[in-house]
Amino acid sequence: MSAIVERLKALIGPEMAGPGLAFLAVVLVFGIASPQFLSAATFGSVAFQLPELGLLTLAMLLPILTGGLNLAITFTANIAGLTLAWVLQANGGVEAGPGAFALGSVLAILVGATSGVIMGLVIAFTRAHPILVSLSMMIFLRGLGEFLTRGGDVSGFPAYLGPLGHGSFLGVPIPLIVFIACVLAWHVLLTRSKLGFNTYMIGSNLEATRYSGINTRKVIVLVYALSGAMCAIAGIIMLARFNSVRIGHGESYLLITVLACFLGGVNPFGGFGRVIPVFVALVVLQLLSSGLNLVGANQHLATAVWGLLLAGVMVLRFVATKFKISFVRKET
Amino acid sequence: MHQLATAGGGEKPLLSLRDINMTFGGVKALKNVSFDVRPGEVHCLAGENGCGKSTLIKIITGVYRPADGASIEFDGETYSHMSPVTAQDRGIQVIWQDLALFPEMSVAENIAFQTVIGRWPKLVDYGRMRQIATDALARLGVTLDVDLPLKEYAIAQRQIVAIARALVGEARLVFMDEPTASLTQSETDHLLDIVRGLSASGVAVVFVSHRLAEVLEISSRITVLRDGALVGVYPATGMTQSRITELMTGKTFDQQVRAKPRDGQPVVLDVEGLSRPGQFEDVSLTVRRGETLGITGLLGAGRTELALTLFGMLKPASGTIALEGRPVRFSSNRDAIAAGVAYLSEDRLSLGLIQPQAIADNLVISSLDKILAGGLLSEERKRSLVSRWIADLGVKIGLQQDAISTLSGGNQQRVAIAKWLATDPKLLILDAPTVGVDVGARAGIFDIVARLAESGLAIILISDEVPEVYFNADRVLHMAQGRIVGSYDPRTSSLADIEGAVYA
Repeated sequence: MSAIVERLKALIGPEMAGPGLAFLAVVLVFGIASPQFLSAATFGSVAFQLPELGLLTLAMLLPILTGGLNLAITFTANIAGLTLAWVLQANGGVEAGPGAFALGSVLAILVGATSGVIMGLVIAFTRAHPILVSLSMMIFLRGLGEFLTRGGDVSGFPAYLGPLGHGSFLGVPIPLIVFIACVLAWHVLLTRSKLGFNTYMIGSNLEATRYSGINTRKVIVLVYALSGAMCAIAGIIMLARFNSVRIGHGESYLLITVLACFLGGVNPFGGFGRVIPVFVALVVLQLLSSGLNLVGANQHLATAVWGLLLAGVMVLRFVATKFKISFVRKET
Repeated sequence: MHQLATAGGGEKPLLSLRDINMTFGGVKALKNVSFDVRPGEVHCLAGENGCGKSTLIKIITGVYRPADGASIEFDGETYSHMSPVTAQDRGIQVIWQDLALFPEMSVAENIAFQTVIGRWPKLVDYGRMRQIATDALARLGVTLDVDLPLKEYAIAQRQIVAIARALVGEARLVFMDEPTASLTQSETDHLLDIVRGLSASGVAVVFVSHRLAEVLEISSRITVLRDGALVGVYPATGMTQSRITELMTGKTFDQQVRAKPRDGQPVVLDVEGLSRPGQFEDVSLTVRRGETLGITGLLGAGRTELALTLFGMLKPASGTIALEGRPVRFSSNRDAIAAGVAYLSEDRLSLGLIQPQAIADNLVISSLDKILAGGLLSEERKRSLVSRWIADLGVKIGLQQDAISTLSGGNQQRVAIAKWLATDPKLLILDAPTVGVDVGARAGIFDIVARLAESGLAIILISDEVPEVYFNADRVLHMAQGRIVGSYDPRTSSLADIEGAVYA
């Protein structure tokens, strides 16, 4: 029995405390404030909004764990989306068959990964700061995208793409299924693969990791490549949801993904952080914005409350650490 | 057991501590400790890590408040506890091991920043600051460019800057915490001269060091603490290193030369004419199965560069390396590890181990392939691999998931050795394996090294402490300015011979 508790503790981990408490608080407060909060409608709206932000957050998570950052996530997603859009248009637009969609998706993911590989190579070989490198990539991709689309929308996609953005399978929204599959993939990657292990080690101390015989450059390039590929998946989902692609789609998500990572207990300096708490943090953010919407608050206010929530969690975490130390001291 | 030294007795102490007790959450860090320092003496505070030395210093300087009943007498006044301000005002200064300096600021600012802020308006008088700094350095007989940023100077000069800062505060009692830990022999000699000068000018110095040779050289009296209790106060004359070690650890160590002939064994490493211009030249050496080859020499002799070249992290300009008869050419340390070479870094804190991460992860990082199951890392295999090594090397840990930084230096080093043994090496290079390891734990590390050699591992043991290689290696090479300038057999050479050559 205690073994099960131990395993459960290990599975949940200490990072879970912040987002877990925030989750309970949000559910309690809005559950009392609005009778409609605990309903299928709330679940539905959260379930459809979560995946875009969630997939981009997963793309942000890996670089942060290495002690870096990827500021190019939203533009990478949209450049990948554009790649798919052009493949579809070249194959008849609304008439395009599933084969064209498959080909376009593979190319989109390749484009996303390439953006990551380039950033990874620059970061790994020049030791330039990831913020500067990804900022350059972000500005490059935005300019490139605006040039190619002349700042407008690309639309006109086959009808079968609709369900990918709005459809459900056995009552579960399809974007959510894609997102949860990606969360699980990232969870396995980080907890069970050599790449994931080395990602954490590099985040804590790159030189010591290199001295241990790890090819740190390869790990960094792969991390950014996977980040870019995850952006591409987000780009494909956004294409299906909006039925159009524009280079500026989801731009406001960029810093929210960073916020979600920190809310999920990820160490801003790298080395520590887990996928599941980040997932819960994302759910909390969406529940909060849906709840505020239900009680009639202005939508922009939701964003302001997100900022307050993060600040609050940081303070709580500080207090909790202090409390824990004095508690342990008293015990021994 | 309490034994009061009589050397120079009768003089009234400058600092006199009585009945000092300190408890941290139920753990008694200090038990009824008394401690006296006489004016102008150099007094050594000796003891293993965790014996209470730092706690005692922090009580004297007002960082901690001792339990009720304590008495701290300083120059005629008695206090029940100190405050940092009182300590500073009365002229008690501490130079911590990390120096607490500002690398980006100038030497003058580092030395004089506390003294030159006016009342109102709070402006800084840079001219006065430079003057104060220059004067303080002159008192130490040192000239440094006071306008240069401190980071332009090496650690030895920074140490002097820290001392100069203490003097600016009109110091009467200076604590030095491991001041020579990162200095070479000649720098250490210079520092000890400065300490003698301070003492002659009437400033009392309390010296904390792991290097017992210099403790004996510099101090007049030695106070030994063990597990938070006073063992005794001893005059330095008539003391020996092994006696201090015994007092500190409560155990007896009789160091004996472990060297044995290994001529019959097959050669594991054969290096011919290896060079990296500017770092080392024309190095040739062999290490046999079961043999421990010691390499000693001063810091900057090219020892670490040679080791990193053997480990594939630096490329030789010329020369050959052969492992078990086959020539090898490593393009990275991954090749070296695959070929059976392991390298324990001299810098355990920033290169050897990943301090914030778990003990278990640090142990398996170089042998992840061993804990794969179906292509994924297996938590169970990791745990069993770690348990095996922890038991084998006698590492004392809490949980495998605890950060490695929670362990003592000796236990960390055992984990670092285990990490490399898990890669099944043929050749293990140990670069300064006892840096930051307690005297008592050092013997344990060398017992492990001896056992590994007996099991057939070829070992290169690098250390700038000659006795370490003398007692623990089968052969000793002396490296100076990038060249091997001497080779000794500990069975036929004396320790004094080798030390004479190295420190000449």
